[in-house]
Amino acid sequence: MAAGNRVVDVRRPGALIPLPLPSAEDRRLRDPRRSDVDEWGRSEHMRSLARTLYGPLYRNWFRAEWEGLENIPREGGALLVANHAAAIPSDAPVIMHGIEEELGRPVYGLADYIFKAMPVVGTLWSRVGGVPAHPENAYRLLREQGELVLVFPEGSKGPGKTYAERYRLSRFGRGGFVEIAMRAGVPVVPIAVVGAEESMPILLKSNALAKLMNIPYFPITANMLLFGPLLGTLVYLPAKFKLRVLDPVLFDVPPNQERYSKSRIMDEAESIRVSLQETLYEMLRTRRSVWFG
Amino acid sequence: MAQALERDPDIDIIVGLDTTEPTIPLERTEYVRADQSYSILARIVKATQVDTIVHTFLVVDSTRMSGRSLHEINVIGTMNLLAAASAADTSVRQLVVKSSSLVYGSSYLDPVWFREEVGRSRPPRTRVERSLLEVEGYLRDFADDNPHVVVTLLRFANVLGTDIVTPISTWLDRGLAPAILGFDPLLQFVEEDDVVRALEFVATNQVPGTYNVAGDGRLPWSEVAAISGARTVPLPPVLTGLVAGPINRFGILDLPPEVLDLLRYGRGVDNRRLKEAGFDYRYTSAGAVENFARASRLRHTVGDSRPGYRYERDVEAFFRHSPAVTRTPQ
Repeated sequence: MAAGNRVVDVRRPGALIPLPLPSAEDRRLRDPRRSDVDEWGRSEHMRSLARTLYGPLYRNWFRAEWEGLENIPREGGALLVANHAAAIPSDAPVIMHGIEEELGRPVYGLADYIFKAMPVVGTLWSRVGGVPAHPENAYRLLREQGELVLVFPEGSKGPGKTYAERYRLSRFGRGGFVEIAMRAGVPVVPIAVVGAEESMPILLKSNALAKLMNIPYFPITANMLLFGPLLGTLVYLPAKFKLRVLDPVLFDVPPNQERYSKSRIMDEAESIRVSLQETLYEMLRTRRSVWFG
Repeated sequence: MAQALERDPDIDIIVGLDTTEPTIPLERTEYVRADQSYSILARIVKATQVDTIVHTFLVVDSTRMSGRSLHEINVIGTMNLLAAASAADTSVRQLVVKSSSLVYGSSYLDPVWFREEVGRSRPPRTRVERSLLEVEGYLRDFADDNPHVVVTLLRFANVLGTDIVTPISTWLDRGLAPAILGFDPLLQFVEEDDVVRALEFVATNQVPGTYNVAGDGRLPWSEVAAISGARTVPLPPVLTGLVAGPINRFGILDLPPEVLDLLRYGRGVDNRRLKEAGFDYRYTSAGAVENFARASRLRHTVGDSRPGYRYERDVEAFFRHSPAVTRTPQ
């Protein structure tokens, strides 16, 4: 560059021409977003709509009653685990709605991927805060964002039980939930739920139909017999819900490890399962009526 | 990319290889016409003693060509390139490869965000995905065998921008957004400028490893359509492939299988590793869509706003080699 030929960068403050040009940056700042769907796929509008619609059901139909809510941390991540029941599980929304009402903290439910593969259902489920149960997702929510995450370690074996096996916990998978909590360095908070089993009890299951439709189980429920096949999949029986939050379980291991001892994981998972099972029996001993608690 | 590199005074020589002639004016880049599988590369590397190869010719859009030539370019081309770079007494010290987040696939089993270490959930079914995975495999072997070479693999999310043409940009440009009924997947985009800047960033800063390159945030497909002013064209959620077949065949809309999966389940990649390495994005995903929509509107009104450029061999030779041309340092 020859001397005297000064190059002026007009966008730099303090340049010869001090006019701040409305640069491309400024124009870009206008947010092009049109909906409030966040990067997880949830929408606060949809969530509040769901809360408004679900509120009356929670209060007047299931009449949920909580014990031990103080065991749920007010801030920071925690992994909530509960027993799972009813053909179309009624416990997940009760727990999620209940904690959001009582503590004012959002709870994100991890659920089977199968929801994501279903048209409409998958989209709605994701908009109201459902997250596919992938260890990466759980870790991000628990460790990085410090949220409450709800998971049912029984998986689809829980709601797939028939009425005869009610309140008997099935195997807790391979203890994956313990491993996630260890890696994320958060406590596991067990929640015992009484009432869900009677809200949509399974009388019979058809393996052939389940296989045909590629779903975990195909139930014939008491609700279907009472209200017909269509309405019966939508309407729950008005069982009284009682929920007891147990003491948080903290694992004395460093977070963010590559691997954790499998035997330790299985032991911890089993001991959580046992304490949840005993609490359930204890709650059932004092329950006088399925419908009135 | 070459234009961006030309601005850097620390770079002495730039050699560009392509099967077609450049469509933009280049000041210093020496252009060499190559065949599809770039078999000439070994000779060029030997002759010019280049120290850095930026490999940007991987095809990630299967609508561009037949499966066979896609394989030829992606797999065989890369093998030739790696062979050239790993020859005995080679001068190559750095290799940058532009791959795609297609390697993660798109499935209902996916995490919301893919980190670089997390593998795909299901085996690949489409040819372009398979070829990219093969390329990445060769690249890993190459990196293991040649520890003295800085190898960077960049996986780009779906690119949108002023110039780039992809199936998605073509749909939106034509105001039609095919959508699978009942699904509204979250998509992530990266702006064209950020693509070039990311390539330039890793090439000049020598950061080894694998990195996702994608704008912040994800947004639903319906919103992408709304921002670009496109009308959604519903496709049935079952037998989608059967319906997409004829639409594809009669050239109404390009619906390659890998994009159909994307329209069902979407995809998200974790872009934090490249940020930690020091790269800053100019555009978010939504920003990339907005920018694309603006460019698209301008194009619809005034046509192509870029001045046309035609490569003339004699003129280029004159500018590069004639003693009459005075060169300025920048």
